[in-house]
Amino acid sequence: MKRSWYAAPYGLWMVLFTVVPLLFVLYYAFTDQSGAFTVNNFVKIASPMYGLVLWDSLRLAFFCTLLCLLIGYPTAYFLASRDFSNAQTLVVLILVPMWMNFLLRTYAMMTLFENNGVINTLLESLGLQRIQMIGTEGAVLVGMVYNFLPFMVLPVYTVLKKMDYSVIEAAEDLGASPVRVVSRVVLPMSIPGVVSGITMVFMPAVTTFAISRMLSSGMIYLVGDMIEDYFIAMNNRNVGSTISLVMLVLIILSIGLLRKVDPDNSGGGLW
Amino acid sequence: MKNRGHRAGKLLKGLWLALVLAFLYIPIIVMIALSFNASVSRAAWTGFTLDWYVKLFKSKQIMAALNVTITVAVIATVVSTVMGTLGAIGMHAMSTGMANLLINVSYLPMTTPDIVTGVSLMLMFIFVKVPLGKWTMIMAHIAFDTPYVLFSVMPKLRQMNPNLYEAALDLGCHPAKALYKVIIPEIMPGIVTGALLAFTMSLDDFVISYFTSNTDQNLAMIVYSAARRGVEPTMYALSTLMFIVVLGLLLIVNRRNGLEEIA
Amino acid sequence: MKKIAIVILAALLACALCVPALAEDKPFAGTELVVYNWYDYIDPSVLDMFQDETGIEVTYVNFTQNEDMYARLEAGAGAYDVVFPSEYMIERLIKEDRLEELNLDNIPNLANILDNLRDPSYDPGNAHSVPYMWGTLGILYNEDMVSAPITSWTSLFDEQYKGSIFMMNSLRDTIGLALKTLGYSMNTRDEAQLQEAGAMLVKQRQDKLISGNFVDETKDKMVANEAALAVIYSGDALYAMEKNDRLAYVVPEEGSNIWVDGMCIPKGSAHKEAAECFINFMCRPDIAQMNMDYIYYSSPVKQVVENLDADQAANAALNPPEDVIARCEYYNDISDSMNLYEGIWMEIQMAR
Repeated sequence: MKRSWYAAPYGLWMVLFTVVPLLFVLYYAFTDQSGAFTVNNFVKIASPMYGLVLWDSLRLAFFCTLLCLLIGYPTAYFLASRDFSNAQTLVVLILVPMWMNFLLRTYAMMTLFENNGVINTLLESLGLQRIQMIGTEGAVLVGMVYNFLPFMVLPVYTVLKKMDYSVIEAAEDLGASPVRVVSRVVLPMSIPGVVSGITMVFMPAVTTFAISRMLSSGMIYLVGDMIEDYFIAMNNRNVGSTISLVMLVLIILSIGLLRKVDPDNSGGGLW
Repeated sequence: MKNRGHRAGKLLKGLWLALVLAFLYIPIIVMIALSFNASVSRAAWTGFTLDWYVKLFKSKQIMAALNVTITVAVIATVVSTVMGTLGAIGMHAMSTGMANLLINVSYLPMTTPDIVTGVSLMLMFIFVKVPLGKWTMIMAHIAFDTPYVLFSVMPKLRQMNPNLYEAALDLGCHPAKALYKVIIPEIMPGIVTGALLAFTMSLDDFVISYFTSNTDQNLAMIVYSAARRGVEPTMYALSTLMFIVVLGLLLIVNRRNGLEEIA
Repeated sequence: MKKIAIVILAALLACALCVPALAEDKPFAGTELVVYNWYDYIDPSVLDMFQDETGIEVTYVNFTQNEDMYARLEAGAGAYDVVFPSEYMIERLIKEDRLEELNLDNIPNLANILDNLRDPSYDPGNAHSVPYMWGTLGILYNEDMVSAPITSWTSLFDEQYKGSIFMMNSLRDTIGLALKTLGYSMNTRDEAQLQEAGAMLVKQRQDKLISGNFVDETKDKMVANEAALAVIYSGDALYAMEKNDRLAYVVPEEGSNIWVDGMCIPKGSAHKEAAECFINFMCRPDIAQMNMDYIYYSSPVKQVVENLDADQAANAALNPPEDVIARCEYYNDISDSMNLYEGIWMEIQMAR
């Protein structure tokens, strides 16, 4: 049996439970509510207003991914170094908060960030000024980073873990500065893990909902919220499907760009 | 001199990790505190109580949901881990064009908003007359879990020395045995990571579960529907208990150094 | 041997006594009823009592809002026996022929329902629905943070409260209250009126008057003094006022929405008579009382209203006075004009 056949069950499953349901999405995107063919849904969302919402979502997802990388990469690197004998436990500890219910976690975060919340009460008791956190883009970003950080740390950690530390030590012994060691030796070796991490953070982050709604107090309207509004509040699957279709294409295009950066491109992409 | 530098470096690394963990755990601590709050509202602290823990064990609905959550998450994790790992191995051996196509398909469940996935899966199940229930929910969970396994295993495969597998075959090893003896141990950390991430995704899903199930409800669905009337601290109590159990297990495993062996 | 014979005899006797009792009093014993409802919207001990008295087992399934319940009902997902939609959704479901007609002979307790909630415009003759809980839409305000008691929707558009106003992330309620402020009906299909209401709400956003736009989170935030004013349902207002005594609730003088969550039987229920038995049970005064005490929403059952103590009776959120009811209206189903509302709602949501 050829080794590529191992992917058959996966491929079949993806076709049945991902591609086929998406045909419904495709059908709705090109029909009106009476079921007749139309491209009006696309015309409708081709306005600057909708564009701004899409842009906001992409922008926030980008910064979320960047922050996850900036925080997550060193975390994974340190954990993979031989300084921590209990690194495995620490890695799982990074994931465990995500096993607590998402909504409860976000409520806890609201309790921290609110005007009369825990942080502001602390600041005030220290004689400091209160800060407006809830309702700001900053709060939304913190919430997103919180929810996606483990999805960056784990894949990067798994590739760094098997890295040959004697290579690093050799470089250090030869007088290479730590920055040089990381940029010349560590980074190139960890690219596959980073690409996976970025994929698992960026893609879901673009269409995230509820986090943005709760931490921005409903003041920042992202594409995930908009699609939910169309599907549920307005019961208009047609426009909702159109938006998610456009979103899908945009995200896969931007991930395709990322794959171009990937040196040996064996991970694949659109091109 | 070098030793002292190393020690300082280790201290800095430790400090960084401590900060990251603090960031991740402060909301969890707030959550635990809320489980002891006498008031139903998270906005007011009116005193310490254990009532919510008592109420938790009396709630048939929450206990049933806990059962559904764990059953669904465990089955979905096991199936998606096996399928995702085999998928990654297969794709690694494929021609670039075919692999690229499959990878792009794998992006779809990650990118499609839950509401769209949920509604379209529901419509599909109804269209082909599969009655909704626990099993449709599990199938949906497998579908959105597996890409996470795939993307966790792939980097390990790419990192692996391709000659290892060939060498095993050259030495007369049966392909299935070579897979089991050579490839799997090499990519094990990726598999464990993938399984952990899949389990995490499953535990937290409510939108897709809502649209693909019938009378079986998981905890996330309960919490989400409870929000309208106010989430009772029983939910915080349940999370606290889950947290303690997980933490306890982790410490035991760590003590025995078992994790070091599996990952 | 003798002992065994006696035991068997006794057992047979017990069965003989039980069987007719079962047949007479518990015609639906063993039936499983699936109730599709808001979370925690029935006292669990009521469900236990129902099972004890009728032998019917209730499976309780939750939805989060009318619209997601509708999405499942419309698709034909799941088989439900009793659902609890709100008035405009009941109207829509009737229009689309998704509800069974009730056999009112099986629901004699309908007579217990308040007169002004019976035979409603959304369901003439209560042919498809029986009210379960009801209330109003209004403003919850913090007495310490306002200069004078709030009486009008216009306060939501008042510069004085800039940055301290919570609106409701709900299409009907948000646009509806703006329509009322302008003196129009909440059910208008007149494009000019809707545009005017939309412009008012867009301006409210652009002037940064509001600091929040949500539904579920409002009550806890008001308890925590996070804003001076909030648009809220009376049920949530009761929850918040109980925890913060500086909060007060008002149904603005321009009028508002009066909402009713009703009990209906969706088409396709295999246990229609058992479901009617359930609906009848919920209207029994002692049961309605238990539910009111548990949920603390307004019950439409006369005997419960008569039983309110002086404080409760004077609480406008729990027991809306006649003049308030007179200036309120039900939401009609506007799904046929949704396109009109959609454009306006999107402009509001995206206003910046």
